Amino acid sequence: MTDRRLRPYGDTGLLVELDDLEAVSSLAPAIAAAGIAGVVDVVPAAQTVLVRLDPTRTDVAAVARAVRAIEPAPPDPTSQALVEIAVQYDGPDLDEVGRLTGLGPRGVIAAHIARPWIVGFCGFAPGFAYCAGGDPRLHVPRRGESRTVVPAGSVALAGEFTGVYPRESPGGWQLIGRTDAALWDLDRDPPALLRPGVRVQFVHTDVST
Amino acid sequence: MTTLAEGLVQPRAGSLEVLASGPLATVQDLGRPGQAHLGVGTSGACDRAALRRANRLAGNPEGAAGVELTFGGLAVRAHGRLVVALTGAAGPVDVDGSPTAMDTAFPLWDGAILRVGVPHSGARTYLAVHGGIAVAPVLGSRSTDLLAGLGPRPLKPSDVLPVGTRSYDWTPVDVAPGPAASGADVRVRIILGPHDDWFTPGAVRRLVTSTWTVTNDSNRVGLRLAGPQLDRSVDDELPSELSSELPRELPSAGLLPGAIQVPPSGRPTMLLVDHPVTGGYPVIAVVRDRDLDLAGQLRPGQRIHLRAAAPTS
Repeated sequence: MTDRRLRPYGDTGLLVELDDLEAVSSLAPAIAAAGIAGVVDVVPAAQTVLVRLDPTRTDVAAVARAVRAIEPAPPDPTSQALVEIAVQYDGPDLDEVGRLTGLGPRGVIAAHIARPWIVGFCGFAPGFAYCAGGDPRLHVPRRGESRTVVPAGSVALAGEFTGVYPRESPGGWQLIGRTDAALWDLDRDPPALLRPGVRVQFVHTDVST
Repeated sequence: MTTLAEGLVQPRAGSLEVLASGPLATVQDLGRPGQAHLGVGTSGACDRAALRRANRLAGNPEGAAGVELTFGGLAVRAHGRLVVALTGAAGPVDVDGSPTAMDTAFPLWDGAILRVGVPHSGARTYLAVHGGIAVAPVLGSRSTDLLAGLGPRPLKPSDVLPVGTRSYDWTPVDVAPGPAASGADVRVRIILGPHDDWFTPGAVRRLVTSTWTVTNDSNRVGLRLAGPQLDRSVDDELPSELSSELPRELPSAGLLPGAIQVPPSGRPTMLLVDHPVTGGYPVIAVVRDRDLDLAGQLRPGQRIHLRAAAPTS
């Protein structure tokens, strides 16, 4: 309950600032589940939860009062779905990440698959999930210059996160591999393979497949 | 992007055939709220009030799908007898060469051709048709989200838009004029924050006292604003020799339409409906909800004044 700072975001939003992604992962589902009147979207991010409201039905002050009263509900990690994603670790930045981390390419692969990651939030593009909770030795900065084209299925690292590009797009993350998994499929319900709270286990597959 | 829908190749009773689409014509309703946590933004009409009014005139629920035109240029042929209405940015409009009016409902007979010219002022014109544009919804909405690549692709000649057959209780509204989109300087009211404390007091003052110009690289994602540079305050958490070289980074946070975000260049962007769901630039201020439709009608070259309003007023 402490260290929760609320800032108005225009007259249609309330930005809840928290200490870290763990606090976000505990509070965002609790806010969404509270069913606060007039709240139309709850957007978790790295250290914030943005609560969007319909100004014809409520206002920022009323939503702030409701949000202050909400107890965070730490997720039970074992209750969350586990998604396996098969990866060919042959990304153009694998060697660079091996150098930056001091792990070498094989060490990077071993660390990436060592334990499940957890989706903290989605953004950037439909189905793009920011997965956290991996080996802290894999924290690397974004590339100095972003690429204008990153192929769909690219598996990448930036900061404390790993992610998979759902479709071809520009991007500045370090590319370490690729997958054929369909991250975003409109014929699936929900279309996003990775949603906040889902655990993700990356699996090393052979380049020959 | 999905294709428009099945069954669109052959004109059929109750459809609009696109003959010319102008610079940008997209299908829009009130968007797909409630899915931002999946990385899906709301999108929808840039001028929501204008779409709602067009739907009321055409005898639809306010959230029915219509066509959003950017700088006019639309020509459509009616297949079957239709009732339509145009709102928003006003320009020359004719049916088979006979001038007709904005902000009123009128019939299109089978085969009639409706032409919507370039607006005199404002950027976006809305066409509603009784029954609504009935392309297949994607995630609960027929809106085209250009950034996310969701919904129908922008219209092009020879597209055929199916018109819904559902009949609604139609409270007759003959004429519903909206606010005329201004071609002169426009005042847009903003609420400072949430990250105004990232900027120097001078930058915050310049934000609300300067004249800003909407630049050419503006679209449904956002309006780039030309004006003075908005400098960030020096980060006192870093040693001074570092703070000038390392721009303080904001962890990715949720975004809303109307957010005025400022990248390290100091040049602000006012986000519109197809904005990214999250972003890493500080937001110095947010446009008041009531003025968002106004922002959706601004055109490149137009000058605006941002005025700070109290959050509760």
